[in-house]
Amino acid sequence: MERVPILKIGDTLLVSIQIDMEDQVALQLQEDLAERIVATGCGGVIIDISALDIVDSFVGRTLATIASVSRVLDAETLVVGMRPAVAITLVELGLSLPGIRTALNVELGMEMLARDHGDSEPDDTAMQDGDDAAVSAP
Amino acid sequence: MALSSDEAGRFAELLKEREDEIVSTWAERVGSTLRGRLSTAELHRQTVDLHHAVQGALSDGLSELSDGAGGELRALLAELSGSRARQGFTATETAVSVFALKDAVLAALDHAGDERPETLRDYVAFSSFVDQAALHTFDSFVRTREELIADQAEQLLELSTPVVRLWEGVVALPLVGTLDSARAQVVMERLLQTLVDTGSPYAIIDITGVPAVDTQVAQHILKTVVAARLMGADCIISGIRPQIAQTIVALGIEFGDIATKASLADALRHVLKLTGMKRQER
Repeated sequence: MERVPILKIGDTLLVSIQIDMEDQVALQLQEDLAERIVATGCGGVIIDISALDIVDSFVGRTLATIASVSRVLDAETLVVGMRPAVAITLVELGLSLPGIRTALNVELGMEMLARDHGDSEPDDTAMQDGDDAAVSAP
Repeated sequence: MALSSDEAGRFAELLKEREDEIVSTWAERVGSTLRGRLSTAELHRQTVDLHHAVQGALSDGLSELSDGAGGELRALLAELSGSRARQGFTATETAVSVFALKDAVLAALDHAGDERPETLRDYVAFSSFVDQAALHTFDSFVRTREELIADQAEQLLELSTPVVRLWEGVVALPLVGTLDSARAQVVMERLLQTLVDTGSPYAIIDITGVPAVDTQVAQHILKTVVAARLMGADCIISGIRPQIAQTIVALGIEFGDIATKASLADALRHVLKLTGMKRQER
């Protein structure tokens, strides 16, 4: 079975999904990522899905689970690079992926994580600022 | 009632013998309905072309216009009605160009002083042939008009949905005109694609030019905003006129946590404040 590589860059884990996201691959990624977060103690996870043509409801749910799991492990998860066609399809299906933060591309995602870390001392500011955090999911 | 090959042959003969007479009567009839909007020379040339095509088709023993022998005539009629449609002539004026052939032929028969009873039968058959030709002209006319309308609708769609870059990392989408499903789809795709291309995390949707906001339009806008959020960009809706605000409330449309501003300037100020705050924080 194919695996998705997980790269560590500074305090961030970068996952770039370049293969078709089958259910098994998604579940394996979820496990691998939890282990890597614990092993490295990274504070941020960026999942790049710019190569994905299809995001079905299962993958969407797995992404949400990954976000929740990493939050428990004190790491912020960002999903970046979603294609317009994928976004439109998800909206038409009524899947708005609640609980997942998103950014346009990896660069903006890194910036967003850096910003979160910069002001994370009084921990809750990002929440209270509402729409300040570029996209706090509804 | 189809033309027999004998009849077709006789008419081909008649058309050939009295070409000048028929063409001039025909062109005159057509010219009187077009009222000088087409030059006499041009009209005469078209009429002569048609005359030759009809005569050629008849001498080939054509009985129905849809036959193989009628190919040239059909193409000529389609071309004629296409050019009339583009020049803005009405359907009647276009069809008369063909129907006038009947009058011209009748006048020619009168002139010849042919009193035989078969002539009437021949003429009725020929008349139905001309009717077919006119119907074909009419079909081509409608087809050309429909193509024109489709082209214009497409151009309108392209014209009316520009996405402009307003500031570093801010794009604006000034919506003008009514949003139906087809347009909303185009608008949504174009906005999202621009977000990806420019890497802008903010989009302002300005609805100043939208005459009315009903639940369907609101639904389209909301979908666009949610899709942009999924991709990691935030949308602000601006240009909400007082009446529209009242309609939105009366219809019970909820924009939720989507920022709404009265004018584009307010929306831009809002975005700049957000990005400015981020700069300071960094």
